[in-house]
Amino acid sequence: MAAMSDTNGAAKGLVVYALVFAAFLYLPVLLIPLFSLNTGIYVKFPLEGLTLDWYRELSERAPLKAALVNSLQVGVGVALVATALAVPAAKAITRYRLPGIRYVASFMMLPFLVPSLIFGVALLGLVNRLDITLSLTTVAIGQVVICLPYAISTLLPRFEAFDRSLEEASADLGENAWWTFWRVTVPTIGPGILASLLMSFTISFDEFYMAFFLSGTDATLPIYIWTQLRFPQDFPSLLALATLILLFSFAMVLISLRISGLGAVLGKRGPA
Amino acid sequence: MIEVRGVSKRFGRVHAVSDVSLDIRAGEFFALLGASGSGKTTLLRMIAGFEAVSEGQIVIDGQRMEDVPPHLRPINMVFQNYAIFPHLNVRDNIAYGLRRLNIPKARQHAMVDEMLQLIALPGYGDRRATQLSGGQMQRVALARALILKPKVLLLDEPLGALDKQLREAMQVELRLLQRELGITFVLVTHDQEEALTLSDRVAVMANGRVVQVDTPAGLYDNPKSRLVAGFVGNMNFFDALLHSTGMVADIQGLGTVPLNGQAKGLAPGARVTAALRPEALVLHRDQPANPAAVPGTLRTRQYLGGRQMLLVQIDSRAAPVAVLQANARGSEATELAEGTPVWLTYPADALVILEGSGGNA
Repeated sequence: MAAMSDTNGAAKGLVVYALVFAAFLYLPVLLIPLFSLNTGIYVKFPLEGLTLDWYRELSERAPLKAALVNSLQVGVGVALVATALAVPAAKAITRYRLPGIRYVASFMMLPFLVPSLIFGVALLGLVNRLDITLSLTTVAIGQVVICLPYAISTLLPRFEAFDRSLEEASADLGENAWWTFWRVTVPTIGPGILASLLMSFTISFDEFYMAFFLSGTDATLPIYIWTQLRFPQDFPSLLALATLILLFSFAMVLISLRISGLGAVLGKRGPA
Repeated sequence: MIEVRGVSKRFGRVHAVSDVSLDIRAGEFFALLGASGSGKTTLLRMIAGFEAVSEGQIVIDGQRMEDVPPHLRPINMVFQNYAIFPHLNVRDNIAYGLRRLNIPKARQHAMVDEMLQLIALPGYGDRRATQLSGGQMQRVALARALILKPKVLLLDEPLGALDKQLREAMQVELRLLQRELGITFVLVTHDQEEALTLSDRVAVMANGRVVQVDTPAGLYDNPKSRLVAGFVGNMNFFDALLHSTGMVADIQGLGTVPLNGQAKGLAPGARVTAALRPEALVLHRDQPANPAAVPGTLRTRQYLGGRQMLLVQIDSRAAPVAVLQANARGSEATELAEGTPVWLTYPADALVILEGSGGNA
């Protein structure tokens, strides 16, 4: 009996720990939607009153809409390019016994480890050297680098589970490499591709450093938010915007994790 | 139909297949038989085009294959794990290869129905591939290949994953199907019984080489090496010394025995191996008139239903000799107690003389 109550005690302790952990992790985040409903403009308790005015006010801002459109465009482009690059990379890493493949794979994962700030500065230097005009395209290029390791690690388990004889069977039945890719490889690893698209899009949508260093005159959403932080009267609107982005990002990440069955790579980059 | 000419395959320093030459005839059921690592699967994959040939060449239906990729070869394959496409249903799996043939949809449908009939799975078209049992997947894999009417069907251990009863049933079906369709079948297997029961001819492989190509009866009755003799069926081996005339041999345990041309091609005076099938030996309770009869002691017996395997200890041979006898009612052997002295005789022409020596096996 004593042993049993001990394990019960340990289980209770774990529950308490998990609750404290979750609270520490998510309470600050939960304050954002809370204060976005506050009538006062300062983030402090007690709340002065509840209102949806800040959300209404958001819809009247033209630059915000422009930034949103920019972010969506960049996000879609980054998702497509990063995934298109990640598919052959993941395939090569799992499938071919190339010399030094482990080093190549580690190299491709490098953006995980190098701080985005360093990457941003480095890419800015490179872009200047090459006399390329800063634009949303340069932002997208930078973000593809950031997203690539996430996209690859989302796809790797899919390729590892993929039975190579399926592709051989397709070739044996008369289909060339192109048709085999579309008729067998893509449908089989399809969920992984979808997860990679969603993951890359979400990361791009929230990404700050690349957008900060590499954008020209067009701002993405995170840059817009950052520039608006100077004006206290705009702050509640930003909280409203942040709430919307938060919900959107959560939904995207949850969907992509659900699809890929992979919870290993969940990281946030830069302030959103 | 398939000519394999001096084909070798190296993976780095490993010689998976060494200088193999084979001639597989049209309409033949041909087996590549060997233990794992013998190179049989590598050879099959080279014929299919999944592995490049390091040396030599493969000719299928008169056409050299070195520059022909797998999807353009006039052959189809049944994979060891069946490789059924998990995202397609049974109908789409079977119809997979029809896409590029520009066959009208209605005709495709009819062709698949025909195939489902052939593999005895009518009405299974809409099943998901993942709902099938091993035997059903095996049939779908067969149908998927046969619908393309290949000249050659390659089968890589197609029955290996099935349980014994299903495997035996499928062996019969495979054999009937091959006869009915007249397609050349090339089967890879490690199961000598499967190779013998199914095939017209068998190539026994070991260490990347073809050791002997023959009909099942030829392999069984006239093995050309200890390896084949031991691999195909059971065999008693005896160390032997060939006399300088080549007409007589001293065989350990059997004495000096006259030969009837079995030692043809072997060097007179050489150390050789004599071999006897267990069923060639006859067991006697009393000393027979035959002066060549060998005395021994019944050690133990294995009951095999219609037959029994008797292990008889004879002089000057460490391992007992295996004797296979029918369990006919009232036959002498059925009633003998273990430890009883017995006599063994064998017809002179049942003795096989093989090159090389090397202990009792």
